[in-house]
Order: sequence, then C-alpha cells, then structure tokens
Amino acid sequence: MSKRKLSTLFLGVSLASTGFAATEIEWWHAMGGANGEKVNDIAAVFNESQDAYDVKPVYKGNYTETMTSAIAAFRAKQQPAIVQVFEVGTASMMAAKGAIYPVHQLMSDSDQPFDESTYLSAVTGYYTSNEGKMLSMPFNSSTPVLYYNKNLFKKAGITQVPKTWQEVESAAKKLQMSDVSCGFTTAWQSWVQLENFSSRHNVPFASLDNGFGGLKTELSFNGPLQVAHIKKMGEWQKNGVFSYSGRTNDGAAKFYSQECAMFTESSAGYAGIKRSAKFDFGVAELPYWAGKVKEPFNTIIGGASLWVLQGHSKEEYKGVASFLSFLSRADVQADWHQFSGYLPITHAAYDLTKNQGYYEANIGTETGVIQMTTGTPTANTKGLRLGNFVQIRGAIDEALESVLSGDVDAQTALDTAVKRGNTLLRKFERTND
Amino acid sequence: MTVTFPQKGLPWLLLLPQLLVTAIFFLWPAGQALEQAFYQEDAFGLSREFVGFENFVYLFTDPLYYQSILTTLVFSFSVAIAGMSIALLLAVMADRVIRGKLTYQTLLIWPYAVAPALAGVLWWILFDPSMGPIALWLESAGVDWNHYLNGNQAMILVIIASTWKQISYNFLFFLAGLQAVPRSLIEAASIDGASPFKRFWTIVFPLLSPTTFFLLVVNLVYAFFETFGVIDATTKGGPGQSTNTLVYKVFEDGFIGLDLGGSAAQSVVLMGIVGLMTVIQFRFIERKVQYS
Repeated sequence: MSKRKLSTLFLGVSLASTGFAATEIEWWHAMGGANGEKVNDIAAVFNESQDAYDVKPVYKGNYTETMTSAIAAFRAKQQPAIVQVFEVGTASMMAAKGAIYPVHQLMSDSDQPFDESTYLSAVTGYYTSNEGKMLSMPFNSSTPVLYYNKNLFKKAGITQVPKTWQEVESAAKKLQMSDVSCGFTTAWQSWVQLENFSSRHNVPFASLDNGFGGLKTELSFNGPLQVAHIKKMGEWQKNGVFSYSGRTNDGAAKFYSQECAMFTESSAGYAGIKRSAKFDFGVAELPYWAGKVKEPFNTIIGGASLWVLQGHSKEEYKGVASFLSFLSRADVQADWHQFSGYLPITHAAYDLTKNQGYYEANIGTETGVIQMTTGTPTANTKGLRLGNFVQIRGAIDEALESVLSGDVDAQTALDTAVKRGNTLLRKFERTND
Repeated sequence: MTVTFPQKGLPWLLLLPQLLVTAIFFLWPAGQALEQAFYQEDAFGLSREFVGFENFVYLFTDPLYYQSILTTLVFSFSVAIAGMSIALLLAVMADRVIRGKLTYQTLLIWPYAVAPALAGVLWWILFDPSMGPIALWLESAGVDWNHYLNGNQAMILVIIASTWKQISYNFLFFLAGLQAVPRSLIEAASIDGASPFKRFWTIVFPLLSPTTFFLLVVNLVYAFFETFGVIDATTKGGPGQSTNTLVYKVFEDGFIGLDLGGSAAQSVVLMGIVGLMTVIQFRFIERKVQYS
C-alpha cells in the first residue's frame, strides 16, 4: 500500500477507536478485605450499566494512608477524581477550598437530581457546611457497637446482654471465673472510648459545639466523666477485664481467637466478624454508665465520605456525578449496608432493608442504626469537626496508652492530650483562616 | 600517587554522572527542605506563609523534640555498639574455624539481604505477646512481655530488629580486617607468652581500628536514617513516644500530621546533627586510629 494510504488508514482507525474509550474515573479508597471486594463489585455493576464512564477503584491502604496519598497526589497534580476520606479528615478537607469540588455544587453543575433530605440527618450533618450545603457524599458511615461471644457467655452463665459498663465489668468477672482471660477489648480506642463515650453521655468533647461553631474551638475531653472512665479502663487493664490491642482494629484477632469475649468495634466490623468468627456472636448497643445519664444519647458516626477533587475535565465530573447518584440508589445502599455493616445513609435504603425483612433474619444488624438515630441530637452528639485531628488522635492515643500501662494517672494524661491538641488546633486555625 | 589527565575537561566529564546524582537526589531536595522550613503551608499546598525561624523556635521549645533526640541517641548507640560487638565476636570465632568456614560466613551474611521492614515484622511476630514463640518463652520465664504497652520493651524490640540486620555487614568488614592482620605479629606475641586475650586486645584490636572507626560511622548513620523501615513496619513510633526517633518524627509530622514546615525544619536539624556527629568522629576519634 502506498505511504499516504497507510497513514490515512492509521489515522482513521485511531480516530474511530477514541469514540469507544469510556472516560476513566479514578476512585481512591481504603476498603480492604471483604469490603474492598464489594467496592469492586459496585464499581463493576456501574460500569456495566453504561458505557460512557469507567470507574476504577484503587485500594490505597488504610484511611490515613489514603488521605495522605491523595494530598501528596494533589500537590503533584496527579490526584484522583474521587477519594474516600475518613470522618476525622473532614475539617482538613473542608478547609481546602481550592482543592475540593463540593458535592452539592457538582451535582447541580452536572444537572443531576440531588435532594439532601433523602439522607439520614445524623449522617449528613457531619459533612454539611454551616450553610447547610453538603460538601462530601456520605458513603460508609458506622457507629461503635458491642460484639459479644454467645458461646462463652453461655459457658460463664451470663444470661443478660450487658447494657451498662457496670454490667460489662460483672460479665467480665464471671467470664474470668470460667477461664476466659480477657473480658473485652476495643478497636479505635480514641473513637470508641473517648469521642463516642462523650457523645453517649452528652458531655462535650470540644467547645463551640465540638468544633462545628468555628476554628477557635478548644478541646474539653478532660472532664470528670471522661477522666473517671479512662481511670476505670486503666484498672481494668490491670485486672483483665480489659485487654489493650493497639490503636486501630487489631483487637479483632483477640475476639476471633476467643481470647476476649467482648469487642467494642465499629458496626462495619460485621462483615469481617461474620467471616472469621467460628462461634455464635451477638451485637448490642455501646454500653454507658448507669446513673451518669438517664437515657444514653446517640453515638456519632465514623467511617468515611467521598470527596471530589478539582483538576479534572467537565466530562469526568459528569461521570462522577452520575456515579454518586448510582451509589445513593436505595438498592445499592441497602446491599452495601447489609453486606458490610455500614449504616444505610438514605431513608429509602433503611426502609427497603426493613421491608426485605433483613433485620428480622439477621438479629443485631439494626443495632447501629437504632443507636445512631436515638432521641434528638444535641450540640454534643452531632459529631466532631476538628482540624489536624489525625495528629490530635495520636496525642489522645498516647495519653490513653500511658494510663493503660500504669505510667500516668488519667487526669494528667488527658490534660496533656488536651494541651497538645489545642496547640494543633491553633496551628490549623493559623494556616486556614 | 596522583593521576594526571592530558585533557583538562576529561576529569570533569568522568565525574559528571556522580555530580548530577548528588545534585538531583541530595542538593535539590535538601535545598527545598531548607526553604520549606521557613514557611507554614497548608496540607494541599494551596497557600504558604513566610514565618522566619518560627518552625525552629517551636521545635526547640517542644519537650517532645528533646525526648525524640534522647530516644534517637539511645537507639543509635545501642544499635551501633551491639551490632559491632556481636559482629566482632562472630568474626573472631569465624576466623578461627577451619572446617565449614564458608558455610558460617554465608549464613551470617544472609540477614543483610532482608529488607528492613521485613526484618522488623519478623521480630515483631516472634515477640508477639499472644502467640510469638519468644514472648511465650519469656512469659514462662516470668517476664511479662507486651511491647504494645511497654515503651522500653518496644525499644528493645526495634533495637534487636535493626541490629540483627547490621551484624552481617559489620561481620564482613571485621572478618576482612582480621584476615589482614599479619600472622607473624601474633606468632611473635604468643612466643613471648601473651595469652589469646592479651594478644587480641594489644595487637589485633588496635590493628582493626581503621575498620572499627569506619563501621562506627556507618552504623551510626544507619541507625539514624535507615532504620525508618523497621520502625514504620512495627511500632510506628509508639507506644507513646518511646520509639519515635528523629527520622520517624520527620515522616510522622510531615506526612501523617501534614505539618510540612515543621517537618522540614526537623529534617534540617537532623541533617545538622548527623553532620556534626560525623565531624566530631573524624576530628577526635580518628586520631586514635592507627593506619599502617
């Protein structure tokens, strides 16, 4: 063939093939294990349902690693379109006005229908600006619950599921008499035993409505009730009622191996526990101290939301908006909720799950939803909005560890954490005002 | 003995690749770190504010920074001294062995090939309070081992993991150094009635001093910088601040805490500390080294 005809042929083929390429959308997430496979399934279903967009989920490690990678990528102009950021990164993301593309704006720019009232307010409140506009899309919200080993309970003669910390303590003592060395362990100790503890008892974690009121917030989790609880945890570490397992969720191993009979962990641990626990387990609400609060208040959410980052084409953003709509569909949310133990984020998904009879067939899976929607939220129970919170949690973890190892008393430890945390808050205020 | 080149440009041309590598991978990042230490920047790099020496002032008024310096000194000197002593002992023993010499040498060198992070995880598992063989043996001997809570035990763990790797490297150099000691000297000493112990300390060890000095410098630099992998894969600076060495703190404050200005200031100070240490070593300790 002559040179001219050959080059025309190549030109024609390459032009034709671009028409078939779907717009690729990268989604960085921190869902490993069973939940990670589910994320890939969800993306695959979306991709197959249309051929204009191709969502590519990329597992980036744990929440901290995912957020750090996304920020580093943004600085190198290699950021993904969607990134899953955990709830403690919310303040940092909200402050990065030039980097994020607020979800409410994305949806309206892309002409996607978007009604904020269809979402559960306990969830969206966390991710909404002070003007009531949703900045990120809630995807996986969880709340801490109490998992317990039914077999070990039966062996120890425990007939009532513990509701208060007093009952947890007496259950642990009974378990120790039947040769179970550890009563309970916890995951995410700062989140469960301090942040959610404060919310459950309606005591403030930080001033200015736990930080919702502005950047001048100051920490206040060294109040008498929190100090008393942490002091108790130090005693329990010594006498075996409690066994420390690290700052994240390594405690699961102790629960699976039946070394510990109870486990305070995220409702989203459900999928992993169902897979790995070779015994009968139950799900109960997060305990509270009887006598310190008349009725326990709602717990706050953990988990993460999806943030959209600037710097991509309009075509890509159309795809992102379409994908976010897909994720909020009642059937997709209901399926994700039932599989993972993360809470349903829309009323429709919650209703659909109820109508399917899922909660009756799977006792304990509704616990998290009920616990999170208990009563009316107060200023202390809407959640937290604190800058540099990753580092603040590090300071809190160190303080808690120093109490558990018996080196420092609870009041001093929490006071130290408050002091270090406030310095970090002032730094955040300085760089983001 | 100096080498002379006929063309004037040739030496520069031959040096160019190395100079480029040094410029791109050391001078440029170091320069950026130095610049960034004088600014406060938000995580996303959208805005930065010149703050002069504020980052440094904050560092030197932070008790945790001094704690980190102390932690690093304890860690580094422990790793260097333990690594060198054990390696020297093994080298002396391997030198005297006649049968199976090659086998011992090969096996003793293998740990060097293990990546730092893997070495850390290996020892982490061996010492795991719930199921690690060594931890269980310690429990049976009455020692309550829990490096998740006990800072001193966590430090011991990372020292062991870091030292284990470095013993191979030190062993290689000590063995070569020992084999360079003239046999005639040792024979003369033994004829004069010197015990093996005396022979070692008065003849062999002084002749090993160039090797020992070199290894001290290398081991300290290793402990200051290359142990990052061990700590990141295991304790991550915890529990509390017990294993938060200077190099780990740079990473943690910069990439986890997203405080880039503070982290840059720390890396500048760290560079200064190691540079100073090396200068001190060359000025004072090298005097005692006996080159042949």
